[in-house]
Amino acid sequence: MLRYLLKRLFFMIPMLFGITLISFVVIHLVPGEPGALDADMNPKVTKQVRERIRSFYGLDKPLHVQYWMWLKRIVKLDFGVSFAPDRRPVIDKIKERLPVTILINLLSMALIFLVGIPIGIYCARYKDSILDKALTSFVFAGYAAPTFWIALLLMMFFGVYLELLPISGIKSFNFSELSFFDKTADVAKHLILPVCISGFGGLAGISRYMKNSLLEVLRQEYITTAYAKGLPESMVLRKHALRNALLPVITILGLSIPGLIGGSVIFESIFSIPGMGQLFYMSVMARDYPTIMGILVIGAFLTLLGNLIADICYALADPRIRIG
Amino acid sequence: MAFRHFLTSKAESISFSSASFTLTDTFVRITTSMLPRHSLLYILLALLFLGCSQQKGTTSYDDPGKPAYGDTIVMASIGEASNLIPLLSTDSASHEIAGRVYNGLVKYDKDLNIVGDLAESWEIAKDNLSITFRLKKDVKWHDGKPFTAHDVMYTYKVTIDPKTPTAYAADFQLVKKAEVCDDHTFRVTYDKPFAPALISWATAIMPRHLLEGKDITTSPLIRKPVGTGPFVFKEWIPGDRVVLAANTDYFEGRPYIDRYIMRIIPDSATMFLELKRYGVDMMGLTPLQFLKQTEYPRFKQEYNKFKYLGFSYTYLGFNLKHGPFKDKRVRQAISYAIDRKEIIDGILLGLGEEATGPFTPNMWAYNGNVRRYGYSMEKALALLKDAGYEKGSDGILKKNGSPFEFTLLVNQGNTVRIQCAELIQRRLAEVGITAKIRVLEWASLINEFIDKRNFEAIILGWSINPEPDPYDIWHSSKQGVKELNFISFENKEVDELIEKARHTFDREKRKRYYGRFQEIIAEEAPYVFLFYPYATVAIHKRFKGIEPAAAGLNHNFIKWYVPEDQRRYKANAALSP
Repeated sequence: MLRYLLKRLFFMIPMLFGITLISFVVIHLVPGEPGALDADMNPKVTKQVRERIRSFYGLDKPLHVQYWMWLKRIVKLDFGVSFAPDRRPVIDKIKERLPVTILINLLSMALIFLVGIPIGIYCARYKDSILDKALTSFVFAGYAAPTFWIALLLMMFFGVYLELLPISGIKSFNFSELSFFDKTADVAKHLILPVCISGFGGLAGISRYMKNSLLEVLRQEYITTAYAKGLPESMVLRKHALRNALLPVITILGLSIPGLIGGSVIFESIFSIPGMGQLFYMSVMARDYPTIMGILVIGAFLTLLGNLIADICYALADPRIRIG
Repeated sequence: MAFRHFLTSKAESISFSSASFTLTDTFVRITTSMLPRHSLLYILLALLFLGCSQQKGTTSYDDPGKPAYGDTIVMASIGEASNLIPLLSTDSASHEIAGRVYNGLVKYDKDLNIVGDLAESWEIAKDNLSITFRLKKDVKWHDGKPFTAHDVMYTYKVTIDPKTPTAYAADFQLVKKAEVCDDHTFRVTYDKPFAPALISWATAIMPRHLLEGKDITTSPLIRKPVGTGPFVFKEWIPGDRVVLAANTDYFEGRPYIDRYIMRIIPDSATMFLELKRYGVDMMGLTPLQFLKQTEYPRFKQEYNKFKYLGFSYTYLGFNLKHGPFKDKRVRQAISYAIDRKEIIDGILLGLGEEATGPFTPNMWAYNGNVRRYGYSMEKALALLKDAGYEKGSDGILKKNGSPFEFTLLVNQGNTVRIQCAELIQRRLAEVGITAKIRVLEWASLINEFIDKRNFEAIILGWSINPEPDPYDIWHSSKQGVKELNFISFENKEVDELIEKARHTFDREKRKRYYGRFQEIIAEEAPYVFLFYPYATVAIHKRFKGIEPAAAGLNHNFIKWYVPEDQRRYKANAALSP
């Protein structure tokens, strides 16, 4: 087990470099330059100014030199300074946006698992019943409907029409004057719509996985045996079937770890949540190379780590993998 | 719910009502599930509470009241400010905020005259080569240090410093000599008389005592500006909002509005919902929102709508190096063939004016007495016939056997321009010209097509400065890569007029030069000038004292006020704990 782990960890290093190299090249091949979007067609920006800005950012050097410079910094865990006019360290920009993204993603993931798994179990147990079909339609509607559209409809209904929930942001303006209880209520109210909507879209995947893997298990002979020896149904389901059926779901849990730091741009824009999705989108639009690369490196690292954790969980849950 | 908290002015009642409502709300939910028989009663009770709080909301805002200090104005911006040192940023959100924290030496008043801001007065030397500014005394930076001519000197020096990555150095590189005569007198001398010189000193003056000897690109002032302006910087919550507070010893008097918040709402649909929900007090509207979506009683009861002419125009530009467009008659014919009225009525829903040239009607240099191109198919056809185009049996214009067709470029994301292109395409097809539309992403439109002169015609817009110096766009020397005369317009007389006007201080004389300049441009038709769009804004009714003028709405922002009984926010709302 330890050898396997070390081997996996060792192979992560070249993979990480490969990912950074490819991302670096691709990002730099996109037409346009940092600040170019702002400065283009601005009468006050002369040619000299443009050259000055280019050399200031080191963009006048060939691409491989730029990559080497970037690599030398990144091995020291220095993510560099943003090319955006605020010139702040990339790591600060990521740090201030990470908590809210992780909070929302964790909550919506919890929601997905808490709602999705029971739906899956129900649909497997009462396969082809009317409620099964209704639930399936419901989760697929969530999967298929565009998030921004549902978000706007719900914002209009709960925000403008009923005036029950706030429309956007994560805190009210009078947040500092509220008591602790009201503060929690305030944040919770702001989070209801975003979390529900992002959870709604993810229900289909997990409930389908759950349903299929449970159906698979229910067909096994040992389940028939369990019924035959007179166990009550709930016991068969919970003790015999579910344990085995949960394996693939654990894998998905591991694979969703990198997803925790990523956010959807459209979703965050609609709810004005200052999260990672927006940061990444804006960095791409402004060709802010250090920030883009910083987010990509962290994302790549977490993806690899997530895969590793999924494998370990698998091994822990299934003795056949652990021993073999 | 959230906004209800702010509606009353007394603190205690606010937290009370909100708490009691939350409680009843949960109470109702629990009890309805437990005691189904009584549920109706509780729902009624809850509705009663809701009804009560709603009654509080229907304050009448029609009473102009008396000016009073207090309340908060909430603005919204699609993009976050990038850098609050205006020298280093080019985005509008940064300039909007920095413009309230900093002052220039001069500014525009509501009628677009240049008046003193930090400068008490100024003298222009007889030879028109130097300007001497007398600065206001007793002006203090927000940290209490006095403002002096040394700050102006520092601002000038840092602007022209090659190490400063700024987009605004060009005007100041023409300065031959800058000198501090005494603490409150500052003189600049130019090589040649330079007419836009005076207004170039509207640039934000930076505090020398906080910046000198330090690297401006890493200064803390980027995130925490310290200026002399009507508002003091309070807080910036990244990705969420920027908060400013009134400067109580502002030299023009304390602003009535206590707090200024700019929220970042990256989605325009959300922003509009927030406006309808009173989460935003002031917002620019699209024509559709202005004319249709805000036309319901509750909105009209809460908001005033304003419309005024801005400083921008949208045009169709020809590449004058491209075959058929070398001929003036062809350009004029296309100008006749496009129906501007149809574009304004159909796309802007009437919220615009027909454009006649490169200046807008609210500028002093505007000359409306130029050749106009009202829609006329006959004139267009006659001119094209003159130019040698004959209509074939298929209705398509041909010259020497080859059909007249060209590609019209538009940038992605700008719906108005794309719709314009479609209307133009249809009108040109009626004349017999085939226009193909190609929609391109902004960066590649600029880099691959404009910079390489690889286009035939293009629809774009210019935002212009009320100070008319058309040098960058219309002078023949500005045809280099990345320069703005990308249509390759060359006209000796125009060059001469622009140069003369640039070096003349006498406004009447300049106006004559620019008048002639506009006549030539209209005659030559290098652009088809399409329209001047109106700016359309909704502002909450509790703000009084707003005076729309040639300069827009913001010129008397510090005089806007909210009568005491119409106030919505407490003094220290909006700050994070």
